[in-house]
Amino acid sequence: MSINLEQFHQTFFEESFEGLDSMESGLLNLQAGGMDADTINTIFRAAHSIKGGSGTFGFSEVAKFTHVLETLLNEMRDGRRAVTPDAVNLLLQSVDVLREMLTAVRGKDAINHARANQVHGQLEQMLQAGAGTAGAVPPATSAHTHAPGTQDWKISFRPQSHLLKTGNDPLRIFRELGEHGSLRIDADLSQLPAFDRLDPESCYLGWNLVLESMAAESTINEAFDWVREESALNITSMQPGTPVSMASVANASPAAVMTAKTEGEAAASTASAVNAAESRATTRASAGETASIRVDISKVDELINMVGELVITQNILGQIGQNFDMSKLHKLTQALSELDRNTRELQESVMRIRMLPISFAFNRVPRLVHDLSSKLGKKVELKMSGESTELDKTVMERIVDPLVHLVRNTCDHGIEMPDVRRAAGKPETGTLTLSACHKGGNVVIEIADDGAGLNQEKILKKARERGLVKPDQQLSADEIHDLIFLPGFSTAEQVSDVSGRGVGMDVVRKNIQGLGGNVEIFSEPGKGARFTVRLPLTLAIMDGQSVAVGKEFYIVPLVSIIVSTIVKNEHVSTMANGGEVFKFRDEYLPLMRLYDLYGATPRTTDISQGLMVVVEGDGRRAGLFVDELLGQQQVVIKSLEANYKRVEGISGATILGDGSVALILDIPGLIRIAHQKKVA
Amino acid sequence: MDATATAATAKKDAGMVNPGDQISQFLTFTLGQEEYGVDILRVQEIRGWHQVTRVPNAPAHMLGVLNLRGTIVPIIDMRMRFRLAKVEYNPVTVIIVLSVHSASGDHVFGIVVDSVSDVLDVKASDRKATPDFGAAVNTDFINGLATVGEHMVMLLDIDKLLSSDELSALANVSTAAE
Repeated sequence: MSINLEQFHQTFFEESFEGLDSMESGLLNLQAGGMDADTINTIFRAAHSIKGGSGTFGFSEVAKFTHVLETLLNEMRDGRRAVTPDAVNLLLQSVDVLREMLTAVRGKDAINHARANQVHGQLEQMLQAGAGTAGAVPPATSAHTHAPGTQDWKISFRPQSHLLKTGNDPLRIFRELGEHGSLRIDADLSQLPAFDRLDPESCYLGWNLVLESMAAESTINEAFDWVREESALNITSMQPGTPVSMASVANASPAAVMTAKTEGEAAASTASAVNAAESRATTRASAGETASIRVDISKVDELINMVGELVITQNILGQIGQNFDMSKLHKLTQALSELDRNTRELQESVMRIRMLPISFAFNRVPRLVHDLSSKLGKKVELKMSGESTELDKTVMERIVDPLVHLVRNTCDHGIEMPDVRRAAGKPETGTLTLSACHKGGNVVIEIADDGAGLNQEKILKKARERGLVKPDQQLSADEIHDLIFLPGFSTAEQVSDVSGRGVGMDVVRKNIQGLGGNVEIFSEPGKGARFTVRLPLTLAIMDGQSVAVGKEFYIVPLVSIIVSTIVKNEHVSTMANGGEVFKFRDEYLPLMRLYDLYGATPRTTDISQGLMVVVEGDGRRAGLFVDELLGQQQVVIKSLEANYKRVEGISGATILGDGSVALILDIPGLIRIAHQKKVA
Repeated sequence: MDATATAATAKKDAGMVNPGDQISQFLTFTLGQEEYGVDILRVQEIRGWHQVTRVPNAPAHMLGVLNLRGTIVPIIDMRMRFRLAKVEYNPVTVIIVLSVHSASGDHVFGIVVDSVSDVLDVKASDRKATPDFGAAVNTDFINGLATVGEHMVMLLDIDKLLSSDELSALANVSTAAE
C-alpha cells in the first residue's frame, strides 16, 4: 500500500504557515495581555499540528525542533511554567526558525542549521533551567523534563492481529492517554511479516508507551477498556526521572548546548529576528510555491446559486427562441434583462473570490512593530482598523512590502524616543494607526502616527546637498514632502539597519504606482504624519477611455490621463532629430502620434484637427495624438502574452461590448519610447 | 470529444498491430490547389471568419487578435505565411483554432485557411518522408506526405510552424525595430 505523500505537501505547508501566523499573533497577544489559557492552547495546538505533519511527511528536523517547542508550551499550558517576556521572545524566535525551516524544506533547500541549533539550544536551556525537580535528566539527551507530582507509567500494549477489524483504533487510545500527560510511544515492529504475506487489514504492531502523568492507574486502564479482551496489556509504574532509552523518541538533539549567552549575542538574535520578520515578506515567492487561494464557502455557494439562475434564464430564452413570433418580444426583452443582471452578478461573485481581507497583509505588522520598538527603545502602540476590507489577492501580495516599509519608517523616523515625547508634552507611548477602507472604487490604506512629522528643513537641506533641488528654488510643503520619494534620498542622520539606506521610499512609490495606485503624505510638524495609499480594488478590471485612430479603437487607462485638449499647430515644434514637442502649461512635452507608432491609417494628421491626450506615467508626461475620444468604460484586462507575445507599447487587451478585441495602451512604456526619442 | 475518443481507440489498436499500421488522424484543409493536414488532436475548434483586431508592428501574416470566449487568440493567415496569392475572404473561409506546444507552455493560435476538407486516417507506413530541397526551401514544418487517391496531402508539424519559427521570427522583428 503506497500513498504518494507528496500530494499532501502543499496542504501541509499552507496549514503550517497559517499555524505559524496564528502562533505569532498568539504570542504577541500573550506579551501584551499576560497569561491566557485560550491563547496558549491555540499556540500549542498550532505547534502540535506542525510537529505531527512534519513527522508524517518525514521532515524530521522540523519535527525535532517543534518537539522541544511543544514541550515548553505544554509546561506553560499546564501552568507549570510562568509566561515570561524572555520566554515569549524565545518562542517568537522559534517561530521564525520554524518558518525558515519550512520555507527551506518546501523549496528543497538546505536548512540553516546554525540558527536552528542556536535557538534549539536556547529552548533546551530554558527547559532545563525552569524544570524544578528534573535535575536528574542529563543535558542534551532528552528534551523531556519532569514536573512535580507526576509519575511514569510504562505500558506494554500488544494487540491481537484482528484488533482493527473490531473497529478499534490504537491511535485513539494513544490520543486519550496523551491528554493525561506527556506520552512517548515506541512501536514494536518485531511481529511484522514479510511484505508479500502482509494482510493490510491486520495489526502486527505492538507498542511500548511511557506516560508521564498525574493520573491514577484506573484512569490509564480506562483508556484500554475496549481492547483489553483483544490484547496483551501490561501497565507498570516507574520512579519519576528514570531515564528511559527509546529509539524513536526525541533523542539525538543537536549537540549545540548553549554555553554562556552574552549580551552581544542576545542583541544579535533580536536583530536577526527583525530581519527575519522583514525578509519573510520579500522571500515568500520562492521556488516550489504554487499559488492557491482559500475561499469562504459562502462565496462558492453564492456562485453556484448564480450559475443556477443563469441556467434558468438560458432555458427561458431557449423556449422563447423555439417558436418565436413578435408577440413574444416583450418576454424576450424581459429575459434578456434578466440575463444581463445574472451575468453582472456572476461577474461580481467571481471577482469576489479573488478578494481577501486585508488582514493578510496587516497581520505582519504587530510583530514588526513589536520587534522594532524593542530594538529602537521606543514605546509604540499599534491600532488597527478595517482589517476585513477586501482586496484582490495579487494587489495584496504586492502591497505587503511597501506597507512594511512605511510602517518601519514610521517607527524609525516618525515616533520619537520616550524622553523626547515627554519633553514635548506627549504621552511616552506613541500611537501608530493602520487602517483600511473602501472609498469609491479604491481601497485606501492609511498609516498614521502622532510623532514628530516630516522635518521639512532637514529634507530640503538634504535635497540641496544631493543636488536634487536648486539652491534658490522655493518649494511648497507638499513638494518638499514629495522629495522623500526620490531615488537615493534618506534623511536619517545615521544609517541604521532599520531604515535610512535610501532605497526605500522611491521603491515604495514605484510599487504602488505599478499597481495603479498612488501614495500621498500629510504631515504636521510635532503632531505626526499620515501616509495615504490608494489602490485599485483589483488588477483585472480598470477604468478605460476609448480613443479612436482611423477605424481602430484603443483603450487608454483613465488613471494615466491628465487632460485631453486641442493643441494649435503653432504650439508644436519639430526638434533636430525629427521628434516633436508641444507646449503644455509652460512646459514642452514630447508628442506621440499614435497612428505613427502603431502604423494605423488616421482620419487626420493635422494636429489642430484631432485631440491631444496628455498622459502621465512613471512621473513623466507626454502627449498622445488621436483622432477623437469615445466613451469611458470599465474594461476587463486580458493578457496578450498568454498566446502571443509582448507587444511594445501595449499592456494587454480587452473585449468590447460587440465581442471584438481592443488593445490597451501601455502608457509608461510609450512615454519611455517618446522620451528616448526626445533625448536621442 | 470525438477526437479523444478516436485517439483512444487508435491507441488500443496500436497495441495489437505492428507499428507500421498505426493510424493517426489529420484534419485536412486547402490553400489554393494544395491540401494540408494537421494533427486532429491539436484542433480545438473550427469557426467562420470574423473581423480581427490588428496588432501594431506585427508581420504581415499576423492578421491580429480575436476574442475566443474571453481568450485573446492571435490569428495567422496561412496563405501569407506560405507566400501564396492573397484572396478575398468568403463564407467558406475558416479559422482553425489550434493548440501549440512550445518551450514556454501551450499557446492557442488560429490559422486562416481557404476551406476545411476532411478527416484523414494515415497509417504510419503510408507516410512518406519530405523530399530534401536543400537549404533553399525550409521544410522543417512538414512532417511527411500522405497520398489520398490522386492527390498529395502535406502533414504539418504545427509546433515547428507556429511556435518556434513564428514566435522567434516575430521576436526578431520587434528587436530589429527597437
